[in-house]
Amino acid sequence: MAIHPKEQRLVLKYADEPGYTPHIDSYLEHGGYDMLKKAVTMEPQAIIDEVKASTLRGRGGAGFPCGLKWSFVDRKSGKPIYLICNCDESEPGTFKDRQIVHKDPHQLIEGMMISCFANNVAKAFIYIREEMPYGAKILDQAILEAKEKGFVGDNVCGSGYSCDIVVHRGAAAYICGEETGLIESLEGKRANPRIKPPYFPAVLGLYNCPTIVNNVETLCNAVHILDMGAEGFKKIGRPNNAGTRIWCVSGGVQRPGYYEVGEMTLGELVYDICGGPLPGRTIKAIIPGGSSMKILKNGERYKGKNPDGSEYDWGLEDIPLDYDGIAAAGSMSGSGGMMVLDDTVSIPAALANLMAFYSHESCGQCTPCREGSLWLKKITSRMVHGEARPEDVDLMLDVAGQIAGRTICAFGFAVAWPVQSYIAKFEDEFREYAAHLSDPKADRQAIKELACNG
Amino acid sequence: MDLKPETLAEIEAAIPKYPEAQSAVMPLLHAIQQDQGYISNEAAEWVAEKLGIAPINVLSVVTFYPFFRQHKIGKRHIRVCRTLSCAMAGGAKVCDKMLSEFEAELNQVSPDGEVTVEFAECLASCGSAPVMLVDEDLHENLTVEKAKEICDKIKAEAKA
Ligand SMILES: Cc1cc2nc3c(=O)[nH]c(=O)nc-3n(C[C@H](O)[C@H](O)[C@H](O)COP(=O)(O)O)c2cc1C
Ligand code: SF4
Ligand code: FES
Repeated sequence: MAIHPKEQRLVLKYADEPGYTPHIDSYLEHGGYDMLKKAVTMEPQAIIDEVKASTLRGRGGAGFPCGLKWSFVDRKSGKPIYLICNCDESEPGTFKDRQIVHKDPHQLIEGMMISCFANNVAKAFIYIREEMPYGAKILDQAILEAKEKGFVGDNVCGSGYSCDIVVHRGAAAYICGEETGLIESLEGKRANPRIKPPYFPAVLGLYNCPTIVNNVETLCNAVHILDMGAEGFKKIGRPNNAGTRIWCVSGGVQRPGYYEVGEMTLGELVYDICGGPLPGRTIKAIIPGGSSMKILKNGERYKGKNPDGSEYDWGLEDIPLDYDGIAAAGSMSGSGGMMVLDDTVSIPAALANLMAFYSHESCGQCTPCREGSLWLKKITSRMVHGEARPEDVDLMLDVAGQIAGRTICAFGFAVAWPVQSYIAKFEDEFREYAAHLSDPKADRQAIKELACNG
Repeated sequence: MDLKPETLAEIEAAIPKYPEAQSAVMPLLHAIQQDQGYISNEAAEWVAEKLGIAPINVLSVVTFYPFFRQHKIGKRHIRVCRTLSCAMAGGAKVCDKMLSEFEAELNQVSPDGEVTVEFAECLASCGSAPVMLVDEDLHENLTVEKAKEICDKIKAEAKA
């Protein structure tokens, strides 16, 4: 994909350069593995301190500070410490890790090896979804190449440090992206998430040993933090939102795709870079960070106080495109998977589509999630098929409220947030369906196709 | 169990990669499904024995993960993404085209035995929606016309 002039590329810098290949030669020609060579001459704690000082936040969903997570690892247990790279990339709307794995796998391997050295890890895993079979092959090949050159395996760069990386393929279950579900899956079981506490991976993770789980993009950033130094890294983005982020944009824009940017507003990404809505259409709403995030409605105002006491009053396009900016607008930047809904999209049908997803993907352990997601699927489905009932809108809110906060893992919020936020912002559309069995003006065939829920 | 020599080699190579044998369940199931097309009860028992775990532990994995199956499917496995970005871009029409070209029902082997068409959840390629996987190959930016071309190609390959 061509690089847009407004992008600020760090992680995807070489990925789309003409002639750049996933093979180690390309990476080495661009200074690849120099940071690993540097890392193994450093004190591991100094690397952890640098990552902490960089304020790098996780790119997988929750945005937890990476260095802080590493500092929680139980180093006194005497058990081995594991590192797992989360390449499950299952959050609908997200397709950035795919680019890294397919186009620049060695950057990920270098980032992992730096992280492993810093945390005294001797065995690391990459958990990759089954739906990326070529990605798994590319990674296997890249690890072989890196082993041949002494970057992975025994005696890394002649330092005496040894660490192996194993690629593990999933089998098409979204819940494997949740870190404790992923660990269960890697142990050869159903991906049923574990209760936290006591199962915080940093203490009781893989095989009940201390374990670090980080996203692909997060781990790649370790290379750039060593390269630029924490201070240099923090110069990109706003305070507490350091570094670039790769945004995946899909849906109703002229140029969907993935874009890596520093400090920027949501409007610059959607209108300037992605070209805005298709001709003759307008943007109705945006799901900012993957399908579990609360929806933002075009035309709303977001008001509040900045940390310095000044006040902000933003429209959709003014929202700073980072963790804190999107949180201030009442949603989350999540995995960076932005879905744009234009004026042709029926909100109840979009919700029906997502409820079919969530009811399919619930691991089934918690009754509120298992039963609630299915119930929500049934209610949204009957709305779409012209069989809504007057009580449906309130019933949906009731069911969603019974799920949120009452489950083992955050999947429960992922089901409830879309329901609660779509109804809060587009209550008229839902009430219309509920009152008249369906929206009488709507194109029923198009709505069924959008809901796609059988 | 009648497994190809390369499948057996893959299995032997997978087990020592893990600190605990049970972790090799999924790699072994992947290898066997690739070899046999599905996971039979016999295969599940074989995996259990190989890893020194109970057959129920293997079966619970097989039945949890949508990718593992206990029955045969068509020669080609077609998975059309149905999640929101693909649905907004016309994924449902693409799926209908695949079904009608093979006179198939969703999730069923087509009458000629060539394909099984299924819906899949987000394939992590939403920027080039709608997309589908044909076996291991991802097809992007689909239209009904492109879907027809892919069907024609599959049919031609079936005859060859
Ligand atoms: C339901 C659910 C699905 C998730 N899916 C993913 C995923 O596909 N990829 C990912 O990196 N993180 C995913 N996460 C977040 C992980 O649990 C975990 O926080 C993350 O991998 C940590 O890495 P980071 O700190 O580098 O972001 C998911 C979380 C939940 C609750
Ligand atoms: S919330 Fe849902 S997905 Fe998470 S553990 Fe409970 S049933 Fe499983
Ligand atoms: S919605 Fe189809 S690939 Fe993500």
